[in-house]
Amino acid sequence: MQRFWFLTFDGLAAGAVYAAFALALVLIWRAARVVNFAQGAMAVATAYVGYAVVGATGSYWLGLAAAVLAGLALGALVERVLMRFVGPAGPLNQVIVALGLVLLVQAVLGMVFGNGYRPAPAPFDTDALTVGGVAALSPYDLWVLGAALTVVALLALLFTRTPVGLRMRAAAFAPEVSRLLGVSVGRMLTLGWALAAGVGALAGMLVVPTGLGLHPHAMDLVFVVAFTAAVVGGLDSPVGAVVGGLLVGLILSYVTGYLGPDTTPLAVLVLLLAVLLVRPGGLFSAARARHV
Amino acid sequence: MTAVLEVEALHAGYGPVPVLRDVAFTVPAGTVAAVLGANGAGKTTLLRTLSGLLRPTGGRIRYAGEDLRGVRVEHLVRRGLAHVPEGRGVVTELTVAENLRLGGLWRRDRADARRARDEVYEIFPALARRRDHLGHQLSGGERQMLALGRALIARPRLLLLDEPSLGLAPTVAAQIMALLRRLRDEQGLTVLLVEQNVRTALSVADQGIVMSLGRVVTAAPAARLRDDDRLRHAYLGF
Repeated sequence: MQRFWFLTFDGLAAGAVYAAFALALVLIWRAARVVNFAQGAMAVATAYVGYAVVGATGSYWLGLAAAVLAGLALGALVERVLMRFVGPAGPLNQVIVALGLVLLVQAVLGMVFGNGYRPAPAPFDTDALTVGGVAALSPYDLWVLGAALTVVALLALLFTRTPVGLRMRAAAFAPEVSRLLGVSVGRMLTLGWALAAGVGALAGMLVVPTGLGLHPHAMDLVFVVAFTAAVVGGLDSPVGAVVGGLLVGLILSYVTGYLGPDTTPLAVLVLLLAVLLVRPGGLFSAARARHV
Repeated sequence: MTAVLEVEALHAGYGPVPVLRDVAFTVPAGTVAAVLGANGAGKTTLLRTLSGLLRPTGGRIRYAGEDLRGVRVEHLVRRGLAHVPEGRGVVTELTVAENLRLGGLWRRDRADARRARDEVYEIFPALARRRDHLGHQLSGGERQMLALGRALIARPRLLLLDEPSLGLAPTVAAQIMALLRRLRDEQGLTVLLVEQNVRTALSVADQGIVMSLGRVVTAAPAARLRDDDRLRHAYLGF
């Protein structure tokens, strides 16, 4: 039973990161109808920036801020100089450009920083605290959970309570009508990519110190897991991304804990396949409403 | 009377397919003009070209004396030109209140945007009752009211309306036409109305512009189109 609780807490902490990363995917999907396959590589690139700043200043928090800012800038840049120009020819072109971007970013990171692991120290203790004899969360896990959930809450507020959030939603759902109502749809698209990459950068900074280490491929499996989480939740739904992230985190934690870590990547694929077969729209899909 | 909209030798189309050919007409300020014609006459294409969604391949559009070439679509509403597109004007994933808020987001005069919204709720009480409902939960008539009301929040000078009576109960259509008449008479609103339903359109219009296969075949006072049997038979088929 103790082991079960440990795995549950561990799964929730990992799930929070998947949730944030899945949310980044959902943000772009909603804004542009593209799955950004370069999300993982972009997050690694910003994590390198973040840890370069940590190394130079000695402050984790400055590094975190730098990574998020780099994410915002990188997202805007990718939309402005790449996606905008391949977009009109169809979403498949954007997917292929995103895949190309993965290779490019990973190659550049390898050339500049080397392909080896670089140390990525955590800002808090990563040893689990014991509560009543049960090993629960570590201080770092608490920080990860808190940070991820705060970002999710802030994004929810941004989208539902602010004028710019309303503009972004309208531009995503009905670009032409939005333009007629004075919404600069292109700018909203850039903002959507920037926000998504910023959230991705944060998720990357949170997940890299949890045993992954910093190297050009650090986010490859995380991306697949987060993509699974986003699909589980329904690519259209931010709530779905969060629930899907936590759910996938829990499932993987149990699988890893009871069946061994070798089965984790397999479990991800089985889960992805099962969701696509049984409920292709995801648990929270709004597909019904879209037929109007 | 000054013209709010002057169209000269307008050509437009989709890719290599020309749709509008040499279209010309004038809409004086404070009048309602109805664009009439069969399916495929180019009526919707005309509105889309006027509001910049489609780039003209030739000719000139002057709005309030100003050439609209090079003005971005999203800036037109700030100049008082509102376009209610056919059918899909409502953002169905947003609530009624959010749709209306969206219509006034660009306005600096926040107080007047709120006033305009309250007026819309007064004109269409059905919207006030359903303000927290999503767009796709509304009936066809309510959607049309919402799309029209949202355009009015901009306090437009020129309103482009595409098939406002399409699929509506006759009483709702009549209500919308009465509203257009009132806005014209009380606020001097200029309206360019595209309609399949000729009788409905001529009940409110001052001028009828009849299109066929992308050309304007006749433009005449609405009263003449209504009363002149020869014109009516030739162009409107009833």
